[in-house]
Amino acid sequence: MIRFENVTKVYARGARPAVDDVSLEVRRGEFVFLVGASGSGKSTCLHLVLREERPTKGKVFVAGRDLGSLSSWNVPKLRRQIGVVFQDFRLLPNKTVFENVAFALQVIGKPRHTIAITVPETLEMVGLAGKEKRRPHELSGGEQQRVAIARAMVNRPPILLADEPTGNLDPTTSLGIMRLLDRINRTGTTVVMATHDEEIVNQMRRRVIELETGTLVRDQAHGSYGARGQVIPDPAGTAPESAPTTVVPRPVRAEQAPAPAEPAPDDTPLPRRRSVRRHAPATAGE
Amino acid sequence: MRLQFILAELGQGLRRNVSMTVSVVLVTFVSLTFVGASMLLQAQIGKLKDDWYDKVEVSVFLCPQGSPSPTCAAGEATPEQIAALEDVFETELADEIQTVYFESKDDAFEAFTERYPDGYLGTQLTVDDMQASFRLKLTNPENYEVVNDVVTGRAGVEVVEDQRRIFDSLFLALNRASLLAAGLAAVMLLAAVLLITTTIRLSALSRRRETGIMRLVGASNLFIQLPFLLEGAIAAVLGALLAVGGLWVGVKYLVTDWLSQSVTWVAYVDEADVLRIAPVLVGIAFLLAAVSSVVTLNRHTRV
Repeated sequence: MIRFENVTKVYARGARPAVDDVSLEVRRGEFVFLVGASGSGKSTCLHLVLREERPTKGKVFVAGRDLGSLSSWNVPKLRRQIGVVFQDFRLLPNKTVFENVAFALQVIGKPRHTIAITVPETLEMVGLAGKEKRRPHELSGGEQQRVAIARAMVNRPPILLADEPTGNLDPTTSLGIMRLLDRINRTGTTVVMATHDEEIVNQMRRRVIELETGTLVRDQAHGSYGARGQVIPDPAGTAPESAPTTVVPRPVRAEQAPAPAEPAPDDTPLPRRRSVRRHAPATAGE
Repeated sequence: MRLQFILAELGQGLRRNVSMTVSVVLVTFVSLTFVGASMLLQAQIGKLKDDWYDKVEVSVFLCPQGSPSPTCAAGEATPEQIAALEDVFETELADEIQTVYFESKDDAFEAFTERYPDGYLGTQLTVDDMQASFRLKLTNPENYEVVNDVVTGRAGVEVVEDQRRIFDSLFLALNRASLLAAGLAAVMLLAAVLLITTTIRLSALSRRRETGIMRLVGASNLFIQLPFLLEGAIAAVLGALLAVGGLWVGVKYLVTDWLSQSVTWVAYVDEADVLRIAPVLVGIAFLLAAVSSVVTLNRHTRV
């Protein structure tokens, strides 16, 4: 569904590449976490998929199209295949919930009767039935993000990109959002989610792609957030343990155990992260 | 659906910065009034030329009695001299001259009394005070010099006069006025372009949120930009219509109702001419708005 072939993106001439020779493939119906520190190139990857940016080198394929040879005329068509959700929701404050979602269909010229049917359906799907007439400021953060998800999904795109969708939400609310994204994924939508939220990554046990200063350092089938636990051992040691529930019933704890055991005390943070990476795929197979 | 949505967006945009829209309307109004005035002046010049150049002739005045001119030292032009001139017209200048009309002293007196039945400046003139002349209609009025060279200085010719000369200063004045109006129009049009650009940029910035979302959900470029384009275009076209209205009122009260009543012997521009230039003005306004908005929008709402 999404394929990067040796993609490099350099923003300013001479600067360090934001994405450096990354190759990856996301298949139809997958749920992928894109993790990495700030500045590691997660957002650039999402921008490349949306063709908000074009790669300096390499090729990006989305839904069978080579974005390099896609004329700007056809970019809107590409974007209709992709739903996007952001950390800051990006709702229109002067429109109601219904209007916010309907907006996405209106601007691509859908007929009114389609909107009248699809929007309430989508709002019900995200759990906002009955709140159609509210304005964004009358909703909680979680509800606002649900509106944003409804807007992203109302056109039934095969791909959903989420750029830290839980970044502004408390853990419980985040969990609700993750359940929703998981449900959307189960209906066949490919979901790519950039996140810093290790708790969520650890609970979901989905494919994890980790970027570090623009290079792909890990691609793991049922991964955990990994690295950060080793850099700052304390919160990592407690947080996954204290996680209240697991979103998906998968063997979570088996993965958690070896991680805190790893750190060598006199090592510098960077090599430690690398060593974990090497270990992580091994443990994932268990 | 699409149309309704675009119109709603458009209305919102226009309402959101009313003062800017009004200023765009006014600036285009003023600038296009100057453009229109300049065009009307040119139309007026054209009309006068059409009207007068058909009538203008080259007059060859023959020597009257007691002329101070050296070629007339021999006194009044004799019939032989007149016949010799006629001969020149028919042979040497046959290609240049379309028609020759000889106005005798009697003819001149007749025409004179017709025009001034009560005498000129209080004195009654007689046939002998008149001057015989040839009225030459040229094939091409521009070739006056050729005729002048041949005829001037011949025996019995006092002076050769090109009536076009009389109008030249008038046309020069009108041309200068029209140039002035065009110059002012250019400055005002520049102001209009800058103002439209600023207005659209403001509008685009104030709706960045919407346009950002539109881009992400895959709205086409045209769909995103159309409300802005229309916003500029509507303001500019409104200005153009005001300019047409202003010019129409100006022509009606200044020219049709006043000037053409008091100075009746001239052909004037009329309301029909205003309506003829109206599409041009509206077109200029539309083009102006379209070009400046496309340039601005490509910078501010890029996909």
